[in-house]
Amino acid sequence: MPQKPNRVLLEFEKPLLELYKKIDDLKMQDMDMSEEIKMLEKRIETLQRDIFSNLTPIQIVQVARHIKRPTTLDLINLIFNDFVEMRGDRNFSDDPAMVGGLAMLPGCKKSNPLGETIFDQPVVLIGQQKGSNTKENIKRNFGMAHPEGYRKALRLMHLAERFNAPIISFIDTPGAFCGIGAEERGQAEAIAKNLRSMAGLSVPFISIVIGEGGSGGALGIGMGNRVLMLEFSIYSVISPEGCASILFRDAKKAPHAAEVSKITAIDLLEMNVIDEIIKEPVGGAHNNYKETALNIGSAIKKHLSDLARLSSRELIADRYRKYRNMGYFTEE
Amino acid sequence: MAKLALHQWFQKRKLEKEAGPASERLDIPGNLWIKCTKCQVAIFAKDLDANLKVCPKCGYHFKLSARERIEATIDPETFTEISPFLHSKDFLGFVDSAPYSQRILKSEEKTGLADAIVIGEGELHGIEVGIGVMDFSFMGGSMGSVVGEKVTRIAEICLDKKIPLIIFSSSGGARMQEGIMSLMQMAKTSAALSRLRSAAIPYLSIMTDPTTGGTTASFAMLGDLNIAEPGALIGFAGPRVIEQTIRQKLPPGFQRAEFLEKHGMVDIVSERGKMKEELKKVLHFFENAAKT
Ligand SMILES: [Zn+2]
Repeated sequence: MPQKPNRVLLEFEKPLLELYKKIDDLKMQDMDMSEEIKMLEKRIETLQRDIFSNLTPIQIVQVARHIKRPTTLDLINLIFNDFVEMRGDRNFSDDPAMVGGLAMLPGCKKSNPLGETIFDQPVVLIGQQKGSNTKENIKRNFGMAHPEGYRKALRLMHLAERFNAPIISFIDTPGAFCGIGAEERGQAEAIAKNLRSMAGLSVPFISIVIGEGGSGGALGIGMGNRVLMLEFSIYSVISPEGCASILFRDAKKAPHAAEVSKITAIDLLEMNVIDEIIKEPVGGAHNNYKETALNIGSAIKKHLSDLARLSSRELIADRYRKYRNMGYFTEE
Repeated sequence: MAKLALHQWFQKRKLEKEAGPASERLDIPGNLWIKCTKCQVAIFAKDLDANLKVCPKCGYHFKLSARERIEATIDPETFTEISPFLHSKDFLGFVDSAPYSQRILKSEEKTGLADAIVIGEGELHGIEVGIGVMDFSFMGGSMGSVVGEKVTRIAEICLDKKIPLIIFSSSGGARMQEGIMSLMQMAKTSAALSRLRSAAIPYLSIMTDPTTGGTTASFAMLGDLNIAEPGALIGFAGPRVIEQTIRQKLPPGFQRAEFLEKHGMVDIVSERGKMKEELKKVLHFFENAAKT
């Protein structure tokens, strides 16, 4: 007997519930109801399209944090081949909140006098890893890395540099972890050193915000030559809840904080903090992992082939220019 | 209250000094007594000033303003301010309990500064240096676009002139009223320091009370030598945030300069009265190391 799918609907997705229920009922029947199911699925898609084209910033925050949203490892496994996970910072421990390793990116194109060749590009991957349920999240510390996580990431970046492999980082974290051990082992130093090191990397570097881009913890692996964002992800200096309780002295004002802090992909593209928005499937990334992975994969390939034209020196200069230009001020 | 850019302030000081000792203590009205934050003893303001604002009884280090810090660090009449007219912009139209644009104006009036950092060139025991000094009294020393731009500019000047860079930090972290742009200043300043590092230009970071958040997690932790003032609170997250996260009380001395020294994050904890000598020794090393 077919099982009822384990669905997690957000508050604003509730209008879909009726339709899902109807489909589930039809599926339980012995007769062939595929025509009716198809019709209902069409209606769901239309409704989803409608809902997701009008999300408020705080609703986007909810999608970005969706428990079923594809995680870094989900996407790595769908986009790349032959992933070899590497563990540990060779100093203190392995941090399960930060993953990384070696992989091949299939289907890359290179033009040459004879036409185009298609090849597998070796890449080094890093990213914060959230869990898809409570148990996993506890193991992964909800994607909040300790200093050893950032130092593992740095170790991988330097490896990439030595072997001339492009780096792809996946950003999905509420922030770097705040705790006693994190402070003792130098969370600030670990992030700062990553920032300085990323500025000097001689290989192409692409950063992709796939869910939550939480402050310095996100930036700590996020100084790509190109920074991309999934459509319904967020990137901010502080969480809307944190902003609300500090600046508005009321945690319930998070929706307002999300609005005024400009944390959505569209806002950040407007401010030139990111370079491109990657479209999500209808109903958000959690609704279709494959399509999400496909969209991310083609964005990576496009930007890698652009960056492949730059020498090491040009890559560093390109990155310097990008971050050097960030800021708004007057001078008179 | 009249606004005074730091360079104007220095000029004014110079004029006053020339005019005679009567106007020398213009910045402190009357005979003020100040209660020590730590040991509660009452100190005559003049004595506190003469002691670089360190409590003579218990050694507590009061916060210094940018101008006081520069006076305590840079040889007299050698300081030239750079980019004094950079001002923050309320590009998000951000309003919390007051509009950001008003906060900026108020802080400018209160401090006589254009933003939370002053940069310039000067000499330290005759050695030419670039220097940046943060001022906590300007919006908690928070780092927005202006702080990021000024740290970057002074780093670029040091790179260009091949002179050492010294930055005194005092900051609660990112300036939230500038949203993501405040976060990006961490990337920007660290990138500038990466260039200094490649060129083997020395960078000395001095962390004073408090240095937390995005400032610590970028330029403040990246010194060739990291130096701290005694008792300074230095950390990634503020202690309250940590207590809320882990739901337990923090041990005494946690995140203080001495704690960071013990955990290998700072090279020297130097009391204020010895700081200039300490910096001189370090600069002397780099000056001679570069020659050989
Ligand atoms: Zn005292």
